[in-house]
Amino acid sequence: MQEFLNWLRTPGLTHFLIVSGMLFSFGVFAVLTRRNAIMVLMGIELILNAANINFIAFSRYSTGTLDGQVIAIFVIILAAAEAAIALAIVLNIYQNFNTVNVDELNRLRD
Amino acid sequence: MDLFTIIFYAFAFLALGAGAVVVFSKNIVHAAFALLFAFFAVAGFYVLLMADFLAITQLMIYVGGILVLVIFGVMLTSNVISVDMKTGTVQAMPAVLLSAALAGMLVGMFWSTDWNASSQHAMPETTGKSLGTMLLTTYVLPFEIASVVLLVALVGAAMIARREKKE
Repeated sequence: MQEFLNWLRTPGLTHFLIVSGMLFSFGVFAVLTRRNAIMVLMGIELILNAANINFIAFSRYSTGTLDGQVIAIFVIILAAAEAAIALAIVLNIYQNFNTVNVDELNRLRD
Repeated sequence: MDLFTIIFYAFAFLALGAGAVVVFSKNIVHAAFALLFAFFAVAGFYVLLMADFLAITQLMIYVGGILVLVIFGVMLTSNVISVDMKTGTVQAMPAVLLSAALAGMLVGMFWSTDWNASSQHAMPETTGKSLGTMLLTTYVLPFEIASVVLLVALVGAAMIARREKKE
């Protein structure tokens, strides 16, 4: 017990990894349960952020080099591209079908 | 209890609390604004991990860019007249079980593995210059590919979202 309290008192790599693992699970939960396409997108953003925390935590505590941070930059770039494209698609779907419920969308064109 | 510990737990509670609101809130506007705090807390983690450039990038791109896009999406795809801002959940029970199992597995693995970690690595005071050098030497090919990806995404998004002229 005392050991666990001491562990809690000194945040290190494992603490960051555990927070990111829980954020990842939240994101997976949002993707699994939400039927609004934009909520699914928000879940994906949470997942990408959790992955980024892992990269940077390992860069700080494991290697001591900046390679993890460079990879995190690429993840942010791809997240920006993904959000722009996905929202454009969602807006287009909304104009054509008047819904963003991913369960009802099973056609590519009307 | 030093300052690092206090700030870490403050940001951890902010991140997980905001993440929980994003996931469990029935109101999609509340979820979008909770996402703001989650991104902000992650930027705080980056500062704690000595990634100053990435923390600023996180604030500018996620909070200033992606989140604004998401809120635009929320506003543009919600029927204002029928007030259909709510989003329901389906398959709640299997999803809870699956996510809880995933979280338990991840946390257990993170907990039990010996990561050979050390907090004694000498990190540079500011990372901007080293990151720029690495992007243009070691990582120049991914850098160029990423620039092409961004260009394609820009053109593609403008093309897809364009309002078609009704003939």
